[in-house]
Amino acid sequence: MTMTPHHTDDVVGDPSRLLKVRLTNLAIDAFLIAFGLAMLLPLVFLVANAFKTPQEILLWPPTVVPHDPTLENFKSVLSETPLLIWIWNSLLFACLSTASITATSAISGYILGKFPSKILTVVFAVILATAIIPFEVYMIPLYFQVKALGALNSVGGLLVGYLVMSFGIFLIRQNVIHSIPDELLEAARIDGAGEFWVFFYVVLPLLRGPLAALGVLAFFQAWTAFTWPLIVSSSKTSYTIEVGLALFQTGFTVDVGRLSAASAVVLIPSVTLFVFLRRHFVQGVASTGLKE
Amino acid sequence: MLQRKIWIFAGLALAPILAIYAAVRLYPIGETLRLSLYQWNILSKNKPFIGLDNFRELVGDPLFREALLNTTIIAFGVLIITIPTALTLAALIYHRTQSRFASFYETSVFLPHVVSLVPAALAWKWIFDARLGPLNALLGWFGVAPKAWLFDPVLSLVCIIVLCAWQALGYAVLIYLVGFKNLPPALYEAARLDGASARQSFWYLSIPLLKPITLYVSVVTLVSGFNVYAQAFILASDSQGAPGRQVRVLVLDMLENSFRNYRVGYAASEAVVLLVIVLVLTLIQFTLLREKSGRV
Repeated sequence: MTMTPHHTDDVVGDPSRLLKVRLTNLAIDAFLIAFGLAMLLPLVFLVANAFKTPQEILLWPPTVVPHDPTLENFKSVLSETPLLIWIWNSLLFACLSTASITATSAISGYILGKFPSKILTVVFAVILATAIIPFEVYMIPLYFQVKALGALNSVGGLLVGYLVMSFGIFLIRQNVIHSIPDELLEAARIDGAGEFWVFFYVVLPLLRGPLAALGVLAFFQAWTAFTWPLIVSSSKTSYTIEVGLALFQTGFTVDVGRLSAASAVVLIPSVTLFVFLRRHFVQGVASTGLKE
Repeated sequence: MLQRKIWIFAGLALAPILAIYAAVRLYPIGETLRLSLYQWNILSKNKPFIGLDNFRELVGDPLFREALLNTTIIAFGVLIITIPTALTLAALIYHRTQSRFASFYETSVFLPHVVSLVPAALAWKWIFDARLGPLNALLGWFGVAPKAWLFDPVLSLVCIIVLCAWQALGYAVLIYLVGFKNLPPALYEAARLDGASARQSFWYLSIPLLKPITLYVSVVTLVSGFNVYAQAFILASDSQGAPGRQVRVLVLDMLENSFRNYRVGYAASEAVVLLVIVLVLTLIQFTLLREKSGRV
């Protein structure tokens, strides 16, 4: 039933077996399509609810395409909450974090990968060891550091938690070791290239693929961050979109329609972005599994 | 001379990054360990060293024990749902790699893993809603009485597990797919020539060969399960956000102790417990992997 995808071609010549294989594949396809749709259903309902009138939301069975689509929910959410400011905060935070993580990972990954020395081996071991420690373990002391800097309620404060990514350093180092030959760097140096030139014009272009994957990973990590922004931001205009939404939903007068509208505003762009960057993203996430 | 220049470059480029790394990772980790041994209270001036007293208090703290129990149930609940489902799905998706829907299969399973957590949790909150939610309405069709999914202490845990598993599944499937793609095709060819059915080669070849991946995904799933917070925050707070109704998980208990009760040292000792759990899980993974590495 399961296993290599090459099997199906081999059974030609035996019509009854061929039919059986076809039918099995059809059944598997049907199952996977049904499962995939079921996975998406909660998100589909959420977006659908955003366009429904309060009456229609209560309908059973729930409608996927609203009978009488309305933009009322969006209008009232946008006028009641600083939704656009929250989105801006999240966007700024995610972009700066992405920039910082890709830059720090590229430089340190390169140096840790191509400059063999005992000290650097120890440094890398320390980074690897701290990589397994979850953020939640040290976020409270980190909060007090941010507080001491006077950076609470600011994007800068948020950024403190997301400046570096241990896994990113590891990923780039792996790629540097495997895909950048020493001879290439030596050749450039013999030609008189300085170290900066080597890094910018030889190393960086070769790291484009893994850096893109890492960048997408870093962006989504910051965009979907929750606990850290929740403790760092406590004024309404400094919330990220995740925190804003989470606290908005605890309000007294919030109904499903407006909540769904606010959620849809967040969801639609990130889903679109994901669909475009899918390849990079999958690559980045898949490489997290190659740690061992 | 050249060699020296190269090292100067390496040092200059690496130093600021290591400084940042030390400031935002190593230092706070060290602080967590240190504070856990102190009676470090925001409000009091005196912050004495109290050895392991915080940990002794944790053992008898009913709120902490509730949090630890809930979190453990959630983490293992997610694991038990995610691993078999992901393995089966990955096998099926890999088998149908040539299908014209192949990219739909991957995307649909993976999307819940990447979308923003809060909107996704809100969608589930509506589904589980006792009065308005489609779940009770659906059950009503089959004559099942409506249930207060998010208010019942047991059912609300189930809801959190379902939400977390829905999110964790995509990651597990993706990692398993990488695993399937790396399996040696010759082995399957041999098995097939020896008359093994596809089902047999799945059970006796794929599952044992994928053991390191199963181990890795299990540990990642458990670790993120132990860090659960946002899901509990969204699902199990009622419309007024009454804290009494929240499902107590470790991170929630930690944040409450630190920011509501101002007992930072005590909260740090909880963080240390979380750290120990993660370390033990990782250690188990490495030990089991080492045993396996001789064979695979």
